[in-house]
Amino acid sequence: MDTPRRIYFDYAATTPVDKRVMDAMMPYFMEEYGNANSLYALGRDAYRALEDARERFAKGIGATHPNEITFTGCGTESDNAALLGITARKSPKGGHVIVSKFEHHAILEPAHLLEKRGYEVTYLGPREDGIIHVEDLVAALRDDTVLVSIMHGNNEIGTIQPIKELAAAAHQRGALFHTDGAQTLGKIPFDVAELGVDAASFSGHKIYGPKGVGALYLKRGTPFEPQILGGGQESKKRSGTQNVPGVVGFTKALELMLEDQAEESPRLAALREKLTSGVIERLENTEQSTDVDPAHRMPNIASLLIKGVEGEAMLLQLDNLGIAVSTGSACSSGSLEPSHVLLSIGCPPEIAHGSLRVSMGRFTTETDVDYFLEVLPPIVERLRSMSPVYDRMFGSSAR
Amino acid sequence: MLYSDKVMDHFNNPRNVGVIDDADGIGEVGNPVCGDIMKITLKIDDDTIEDIKFQTLGCGAAIATSSIVTEMARGMSLEDAVAITKKQVAEELGGLPPAKMHCSVLATDGLKVAVDDYLVKHGREPIAGEVKSADPNFDPHADEDDHDHDEACEL
Ligand SMILES: Cc1ncc(COP(=O)(O)O)c(C=O)c1O
Ligand code: FES
Repeated sequence: MDTPRRIYFDYAATTPVDKRVMDAMMPYFMEEYGNANSLYALGRDAYRALEDARERFAKGIGATHPNEITFTGCGTESDNAALLGITARKSPKGGHVIVSKFEHHAILEPAHLLEKRGYEVTYLGPREDGIIHVEDLVAALRDDTVLVSIMHGNNEIGTIQPIKELAAAAHQRGALFHTDGAQTLGKIPFDVAELGVDAASFSGHKIYGPKGVGALYLKRGTPFEPQILGGGQESKKRSGTQNVPGVVGFTKALELMLEDQAEESPRLAALREKLTSGVIERLENTEQSTDVDPAHRMPNIASLLIKGVEGEAMLLQLDNLGIAVSTGSACSSGSLEPSHVLLSIGCPPEIAHGSLRVSMGRFTTETDVDYFLEVLPPIVERLRSMSPVYDRMFGSSAR
Repeated sequence: MLYSDKVMDHFNNPRNVGVIDDADGIGEVGNPVCGDIMKITLKIDDDTIEDIKFQTLGCGAAIATSSIVTEMARGMSLEDAVAITKKQVAEELGGLPPAKMHCSVLATDGLKVAVDDYLVKHGREPIAGEVKSADPNFDPHADEDDHDHDEACEL
């Protein structure tokens, strides 16, 4: 028998570590294992590796000074620290904060915590196109707005936010601006100076780096109250012995992304277009979750609404064929709520039910896309034929 | 969250899918929370379920529980059929993940509504009792513990 095919279409969830990243990390586990804060040679070597990575990482995102980069334990930690740390130092007694409605929970949960601590939080909605419009931010900004946090690329629907314009609008009213760059780092240009942000979060495992390492960019002078207290590492901004292999791997991963970006981004965008248009041609009652211009979509994320089927059922059937995807269906979430991202763009719950996110990456080939386009339609048709309401809801036209 | 082999078998090869055209009893129920819908059609003779088919729009557990309920109910008396509990359905499938226990309510409720539909059509008293998922305010988690839930993770 043939070995079953394995097609990974969930690069937005995580990515495999690149061999070159692994190679770069290896020496720091068993040979150069020193604590970067120790004074003897082994420690100094680790320190040098850490600071060399910091310098290269800073360069990779267009930061002016290496000490604007704080390495953390993950993207979530960076997001939490940005929201809680900046507000705590800039306006400890409360104030107004704006986050978008379709942020990752790594932002939404600390935003809820800020509310409990007495801050007022505005959850700013995107429009139907999946974009946070500058006019809408301008209308939400107040004199007492301390911080605005809006993600660069949305992890579910793949839309890219106009960060440069949004940050400028926030600055005009005296607010600081943070962006979650976990999904976009390395995939599309991300330059903190060009975007004009005060803070930004990143995650290693989204770019073929290791899991469990993140970074927080804090522009010089940005008020920040450390959230992890202890030995004072990372210039006191984040205590805890630094994860030297992780940091070295993350930095290597970023450099590899940047080397490839000019070719990889259009290659993936072409695959995304082929996949979305292919699905829509082959299956009636199917559309993209937003009809925003392709220029505002991340190259690697296809976000589809396949009406009249339930996402988890679709996901499991695809998994039987070795294909890994994700869905925003209520049934696939422990809370039985459809994805907050899809709801935020006005997608009704029964349509979010059939949402499918296909995210591609370095090892995705056109053959993978062809295979997907071949196997998806029969799966959807079979599930639709098992539904008691498909004909009633979507007309009795052919499946 | 993991499905048992038996759940996956019934999900991948659901038994008794479809609609009985000249059905004696029809039950359609929905889960207003996650939006899943199930329909059962019955052929009844001498107060016994002679034939049963289902259609389900829903998750893997919803499809698997629908499928197994049709197997359990076939040949049963109406009284026995309405007494099938969601717990029995889950046990028959080798267990369900806690967050998916509510899905089996759809299957047992669909069956109850279909049986009562038959009885009422024939001028008889319904026997199934209260059917939770016919109520738009039905909370599928009302009788579960909080700690039962695998929380959803956003990736
Ligand atoms: C937009 C976004 N922010 C934050 C995170 C969290 O990153 P991490 O998994 O490193 O905590 C993710 C991925 O899960 C993400 O997609
Ligand atoms: S019926 Fe929706 S989660 Fe199973």
